[in-house]
Amino acid sequence: MNAIDIQAETRSDLAIAMRGVTKIFGENPEEALALLQSGRSKAEVQAETNHVVGLDNVSLDIARGQIFVVMGLSGSGKSTLIRHVNRLIEPTAGEIVVNGTDVLKMSLDELRTYRRTQVAMVFQKFGLLPHRSVIDNVAYGLEVRGVGRAERLKEAAKWIEIVGLSGYEQSQPRQLSGGQQQRVGLARALALDTDIILMDEAFSALDPLIRSGMQDQLIELQKTLGKTILFITHDFDEALKIGHRIAVLKDGAVQQEGQPEDIVLRPANEHIEEFVREVNKARAIHVRSIMEKGEHELCEQAVSKDARCEDVLPLFAESQWVGVVDETGHQIGRVTAKQVIKALARYTPGVGDAAS
Amino acid sequence: MFPDLIDTRPLRRAIDDGLEWVVRNWGDEFEAAAYPLLMLLKAIEDLLIATPWWLIMAILVGIAWLATRNWKLPAIVLVSLLFLGVMDLWKDAMTTMALMIAATITAIVVSIPVGVWMSRSPTVRNIITPILDLMQTLPSFVYLIPTVMIFGPGKIPALIATIVYAAPPLVRLTDLGLRSVDPAVMEASRAFGTNPRQRLLGVQIPLALPTILAGINQTTMMALAMVVIASMIGAGGLGYQVLQGIGRLEVSRGLFAGLGIVVLAIIFDRITQSFGKQLQGRIGLAEAR
Repeated sequence: MNAIDIQAETRSDLAIAMRGVTKIFGENPEEALALLQSGRSKAEVQAETNHVVGLDNVSLDIARGQIFVVMGLSGSGKSTLIRHVNRLIEPTAGEIVVNGTDVLKMSLDELRTYRRTQVAMVFQKFGLLPHRSVIDNVAYGLEVRGVGRAERLKEAAKWIEIVGLSGYEQSQPRQLSGGQQQRVGLARALALDTDIILMDEAFSALDPLIRSGMQDQLIELQKTLGKTILFITHDFDEALKIGHRIAVLKDGAVQQEGQPEDIVLRPANEHIEEFVREVNKARAIHVRSIMEKGEHELCEQAVSKDARCEDVLPLFAESQWVGVVDETGHQIGRVTAKQVIKALARYTPGVGDAAS
Repeated sequence: MFPDLIDTRPLRRAIDDGLEWVVRNWGDEFEAAAYPLLMLLKAIEDLLIATPWWLIMAILVGIAWLATRNWKLPAIVLVSLLFLGVMDLWKDAMTTMALMIAATITAIVVSIPVGVWMSRSPTVRNIITPILDLMQTLPSFVYLIPTVMIFGPGKIPALIATIVYAAPPLVRLTDLGLRSVDPAVMEASRAFGTNPRQRLLGVQIPLALPTILAGINQTTMMALAMVVIASMIGAGGLGYQVLQGIGRLEVSRGLFAGLGIVVLAIIFDRITQSFGKQLQGRIGLAEAR
């Protein structure tokens, strides 16, 4: 345990570090915990003690300034996991260090200050206050923090504009559409100006088109604000689109953690492969991860290094090689249609020698 | 017949003697403790009787309009009040209204904190719920007689009996309202670092207000239901007219005074209900449920 402590403390570049976090729901979690630690499975523990294992020895390192997505089906424990970060749920065992501070050692007062100043949260069901106007909802966190009325309304107005809800300041939440309501939820979290934002299935309740728009907006906001975002979703496509890193959760345990490409190209087990099979790989795989690196003759057409395979496909109609350039426009590599086809086809079952 | 297992006479005598002892030794203290209640009732009654009839009409009609933004309810209120005036029941109606308002105010002051306490602790709820059941089902004469013995006949026992009978629904509905606030909203509030007081005043009470208002509506109705019994021990008002009507076999007197009580009930029921509906609409619960 000690070695882990030191590791967590020394790695101050981490926004959130979870070490061996285990959560067991029930009357007598200690007993069930002992069983779980002796190597029993979630189902066995539940059968023997009637206790539900929410999280099973979860360890995650979430670096500053990235969107970290936790993906899992319902019942996988992802919503339980995110609630541990701001201690809406207390773990049975483990350690949670946020910005270098052990969250579990905080007193009730320190915990409230921590929630007011360091982590903001966006909810699947929005969690807006139905009796308050949009602007008062957005200002809510600041109000709780004790910011004066004039200042918090000014701040709230600014964020309402950024999320694109200008003109709705005095509306009631129920007068807005789902997408608009979640924009209010997002603005409410952003207005706190915390380094960390927790998003619990924030876009899952929205229509596909609106969801896609919100995802784009979130990516943009993250780029400009540099926040650390812990994002929970059950939608693999969503995870691939917005995540810098993805952790896949099943039965409360982390199955695989890595960059989107890692998971798509090298799924750790069958469970993850099932997700990968359904996914649009052309959208998941960045060209930079399959390109031929190094100095080459300049290509006629080029894409940015953030481009995905689907972005380069149309360019192959014109040219054989497509260059990949960094932010400054400098070419760092190139791809051919063949490479792209190979990457997309690689793990399709029944073609080639898939997972072996 | 059920066999006589124990002799209940000593027990009963102990209770009777105990009450007598309390009356003899603590009567003045009890009366002093209830004095603020009497003052409240007297102040409201004096105010209502001193206020010119047209002003009271204007105020109630105005409140009715504020509650509905519609001409219908104000019209009903106006006709009802005219009925009271024309039938020569105005002063009695004001006395009865004062008793009801005093009982409702006291019930609000006591019931809402108790309801809040209940909503937070299942233990407290388990203890208080049977007491509320008792307050609502125990025949009022059972506790009226000792109250009359302690305070003497008059307005205080009448007011206390009315409060005992009228307060329980408000306690229950406050508890229910606070507990049925959307857990998602409560969780969001918690995630923003609110303390329990901020959650109670900023989220729970505002969202439970329509339910609490339904409780206040119930309390006013039950207070009016007690006026005849209350007048038996000296409350006066419309209830006393009903009693006299029964005593003298003057059916008309009893009928008119009885209708007067109904009229008051309609006025206050409709007004509080409309405010509840308005509030529900404002916080968007009307569509959701």
